[in-house]
Amino acid sequence: MENTMDIIENPFSKSNNNKGKEIKEKAVIGITQIAVLLIIAILFVILGIIIYQGRDKFSWEFISSFPTDGMTKGGIFPALIGTFILVIVMSIAAVPFGTITAIYLTEYAHEKSKFAAAVRFSIRTLAVVPSIIFGLFGLGFFIQFMGKGMDSTFNGGELHWGQPNILWASLTMALLTLPVIIVSVEEALKTIPRELREASLALGATKWQTIKQVVFPGSISGIMTGTILAVSRGAGEVAPILFTGAAYYLATLPGSLSDQFMNLGYHVYIMSTQSSDVEKTMPIQFATTLVLLILTLSLNLVAVVIRSRIRRKAK
Amino acid sequence: MRDIKIQVNDLSLYYGEKKALKEISMQIPANKVTALIGPSGCGKSTFLRCINRMNDLIPSVKITGEMLVEGVDIYDKNVDVVNIRKKIGMVFQKSNPFPKSIYENVAYGPRINGLKDKTQLDEIVETSLRQAAIWDEFKDRLDDSALGLSGGQQQRLCIARTLAVSPDIILMDEPASALDPISTSKIEELVHQLKENYTIIIVTHNMQQAARTSDHTAFFYMGELIEMGKTNAIFTKPEKKQTEDYITGRFG
Repeated sequence: MENTMDIIENPFSKSNNNKGKEIKEKAVIGITQIAVLLIIAILFVILGIIIYQGRDKFSWEFISSFPTDGMTKGGIFPALIGTFILVIVMSIAAVPFGTITAIYLTEYAHEKSKFAAAVRFSIRTLAVVPSIIFGLFGLGFFIQFMGKGMDSTFNGGELHWGQPNILWASLTMALLTLPVIIVSVEEALKTIPRELREASLALGATKWQTIKQVVFPGSISGIMTGTILAVSRGAGEVAPILFTGAAYYLATLPGSLSDQFMNLGYHVYIMSTQSSDVEKTMPIQFATTLVLLILTLSLNLVAVVIRSRIRRKAK
Repeated sequence: MRDIKIQVNDLSLYYGEKKALKEISMQIPANKVTALIGPSGCGKSTFLRCINRMNDLIPSVKITGEMLVEGVDIYDKNVDVVNIRKKIGMVFQKSNPFPKSIYENVAYGPRINGLKDKTQLDEIVETSLRQAAIWDEFKDRLDDSALGLSGGQQQRLCIARTLAVSPDIILMDEPASALDPISTSKIEELVHQLKENYTIIIVTHNMQQAARTSDHTAFFYMGELIEMGKTNAIFTKPEKKQTEDYITGRFG
């Protein structure tokens, strides 16, 4: 017995047959590591450049004052305010609409309903439409059709609504963000366990009472997450408002929904392509980008925090 | 049986093509406890959920036959399911309090029925909690979240919540299966007290529980009602061989 034990080789030892496999394994690990590092590096380079180039200009004064001297000096106050108004009007339009759609899809639609399937397909398609298409749609539908129509019906053809303004830009942006809202609200509604719905129904509650009293209160933070994600997307997009309301420069803040507005993303675009003096506007450009980044990143951060809280609660 | 609360005639239930309940006919007496027993998947819970039309929530379900509650077929087109469920309360296997306070859990049913008067609500909450024998435990902490209670307390709160809409019939779907022995015995005691005023139908896996708590027992097997009778008769000398085999633990 002892002899045979000596002769048999250790079945687990590294043998030459496996050399090839080992090298492959190491190569795969190496490639994935390089890919990950590359992504992190890209992020840091982008952030680094923006912070480095924008840091001198970035100040409270920059945020709170109007541009001066043909936009080669001064701040970005009207662009910041314009962005705020845009996302607020957009949310007022998109959040209720999206929430109601999500309630229909999760609570009322039959599992095999063809109509619901069509709605879901539309939402998915809407989510992948390039944003410039939304811009063109907004120009064609809201401004040319709705706005012009309103003007000829109510204003005797005098141009008032039939031109780019905050309202049309916000509604265009609302369409773009609608899929984000619908999907996040749907997810939030689905986290409410069936047991709770049954408890409510078994007490003689109607479906709507159950949604109002049990499902909705339980998913309020999910709805907020969806809203915030939509807002942060809306704050960063430029293409949809290009033709529908964003202005190059305005000396005053917008006073009504039929006024044009300045916008952070659009301001960056203007600064980098239309500037009369690139040397002077370069720092403004970077500082504006920095403001926009801080705005969207912090919004996303809030959304992530709320979402992780929901996940913990769901468990 | 003098006082029939529920009369079931040839009730069958289909999940799509599959027939899960086969021509069930039975009579459930008023103000008694009726236990439904049988192995897993025998249809006892499905049957229970037919009584308050909880199966309506599953789109593929089709039901034939009659379910007469006090002589009215609850599957009739003119019957409002909401009124059925107010009259026929249900306690679930897994305790499912709302993520609200103890008070709000009990007040939920009366509130959705439109009761707003605070004094009346207070009264209903107190009576329901007393009936569920948890008033003394909870009276000083009515505003605490129901989610902080133990499993047994949650389940008794759910019973109080059911009582608050003053049903006639209470359906219990294995109400103690997730509880420890002490909580279980409290629930059983409660069932015993409640049958004075309510007709109770309880699904259970636990033979001793059926024997202890119920007046009548129905044995289900493979979607069929095999046998129903007085509990002590079923447990001492069942008429059918299958019932005897199940009760003595030869299968199931």
